[in-house]
Amino acid sequence: MSNEKALKVRESGSDVVFNVVVKILMVLVIVIMAYPLVLTVSCSFSDPKLVMQGDIWLLPEDVGIKSYVNVFKHDRLMTGFKNSIIYTLLATSVNLVLTTCAAYPLSRKDLVGRKVIFTIILFTMFFSGGSIPLFLVVKDLGMLNTPWAIVFPTAINTYNMIIMRTFFESTVPDELLDSARMDGCSDIRFLVKIVLPLSVPVICIMVMYYGVEHWNEFYAPLIYLSRRSMHPLQLVLREILMTASAAMTDAAGLTEQMYEVEGIKYATIVVSSIPMIVAYPFMQKYFRKGVMIGAVKG
Amino acid sequence: MAKKEKMLSRDFMKRRVLNNWQLYLLLVPVLAYYIIFHYVPMYGVTIAFKDYFPGMDLAEAPWVGFDNFSKFFDSYYFGRLVWNTLSIRIFQILVGFPLPIILAILLNELKDGGLKKSVQNLTFIPHFLSSVVIVSLLNMLFQRTGVVNQVLGFFGHDPILFMQEASWFKPLFVLSGVWQNMGWNSLIYIGAILSIDPALYEAASIDGATRWQKIWRITLPCLMPTIIIMLLMNLGSIMNVGFDKALLMQNDLNKQASDIISTFVYERGILEGDYGLSTAVGLFNSLINTALLVVSNLLTKKVSGSGLW
Repeated sequence: MSNEKALKVRESGSDVVFNVVVKILMVLVIVIMAYPLVLTVSCSFSDPKLVMQGDIWLLPEDVGIKSYVNVFKHDRLMTGFKNSIIYTLLATSVNLVLTTCAAYPLSRKDLVGRKVIFTIILFTMFFSGGSIPLFLVVKDLGMLNTPWAIVFPTAINTYNMIIMRTFFESTVPDELLDSARMDGCSDIRFLVKIVLPLSVPVICIMVMYYGVEHWNEFYAPLIYLSRRSMHPLQLVLREILMTASAAMTDAAGLTEQMYEVEGIKYATIVVSSIPMIVAYPFMQKYFRKGVMIGAVKG
Repeated sequence: MAKKEKMLSRDFMKRRVLNNWQLYLLLVPVLAYYIIFHYVPMYGVTIAFKDYFPGMDLAEAPWVGFDNFSKFFDSYYFGRLVWNTLSIRIFQILVGFPLPIILAILLNELKDGGLKKSVQNLTFIPHFLSSVVIVSLLNMLFQRTGVVNQVLGFFGHDPILFMQEASWFKPLFVLSGVWQNMGWNSLIYIGAILSIDPALYEAASIDGATRWQKIWRITLPCLMPTIIIMLLMNLGSIMNVGFDKALLMQNDLNKQASDIISTFVYERGILEGDYGLSTAVGLFNSLINTALLVVSNLLTKKVSGSGLW
């Protein structure tokens, strides 16, 4: 408050110029950030023919939802959506359970061997066998072309686990554990009935981090799922993208089908981002906090 | 006496372990995960020293020493892969590192209100988009009939095939990454600025400091520890260039610039089944990474008093 007042008193000539410059820069940032997003939405609602000819600059023309209708008629895309939803729900649930299983015991100062276990886990952040040996392990486990290949190899993100552990350490008071113990409460019961209800913020952060990661996942399905019917949305989208850009370099005239693919591309980008846009206001409440917890133990 | 104490404490430890058996139960699946998906693959790097092909039993594959490594070091690709990987990452740090700091400082100079809120909320959105979507956006903007080429055309310039030309791969790769992550990466600095004591600014105002001076004399020095830690962490990941986007943007025409270590491992290992060579390349990358991480972590510890450990 007083800071602002003091500023007002002192607002000299150079400060006024400074203010204006900052505002202009920020407006510029908004334009750069928003333009590609707005253009995508506009293209998805426009006639694909105009899009391909490069007639859409900012606002949609010949507005219609034909591209969206086409998306929902596109079998591969619909399977992709279904697969992505399944993989995301399944993988995020496993992530949550296992990350909690790791974070809670490691947050307990009375755990004998805590340091050793933590070091074993932390070491994996510093050295990895690389993607080929991991691929062979997944293959030997018979997980290729099953959803488990998406779920298990990334079941715990060590960085997220540390965020969660830090949260437990700093928000669950030792006295609570002592009194629960006195009442004969077991560790698992204490975790489920007391610690987790206290940890809603960090659980939301975890759902957000893991959920976004899985919804956008590209690498794991690319190498582990060769069966096309199992492809998640991102792989199907990539396929559409590739056929569209292949069509662009092909000089042999633009057919009706190519226009359709072009429209589907933009509509799919929008539709695939909808879950994120819906979740965004909820996530926003917590994600700043998440970054801060991460920062403390960076 | 001392022996007795030791006995006692050992007894005490034992009781604590027994009392906490449920905690160990929780850790069983966790350790199983780390062993199966992290430590077994670490053993798997022995493939790098073997002549191993799909369908073979790993134990039976013949040892070949460092053959796979020398094959890689002698190959035409070695210099290109290392150069591309390193130059992209360094380019990324040079451009992508300062911008979030500048954004955070400028945002701090804005009064609370609509403009500040919109910048903050808008700049986070791209962070949540997938690499496939980002590359689609690049295609949309930079294709032959895209907006960028139309602007060029307006100034009488011939269209440029941005997505196909090798010389444009790195700028597009890096700048789209900056666009995507600038807002997200600025969060940490915004947090750090919020924790600066407002009394410092008040005192400076009373002494007649301009806002520019306050940025240089107060905000930046107070941000320095955070900046240094973030920079060191960045240096620790100098061999990590995003695989997804590189693969998605890669085509036969721009391969000279877009071929990086991770895409090479994918191509040779997963697609062509040359496991020995690709594991060796991956191991080479891992080792450099580990060395860099250890060094940067030591430095971070020295600077901040707390590292990743």
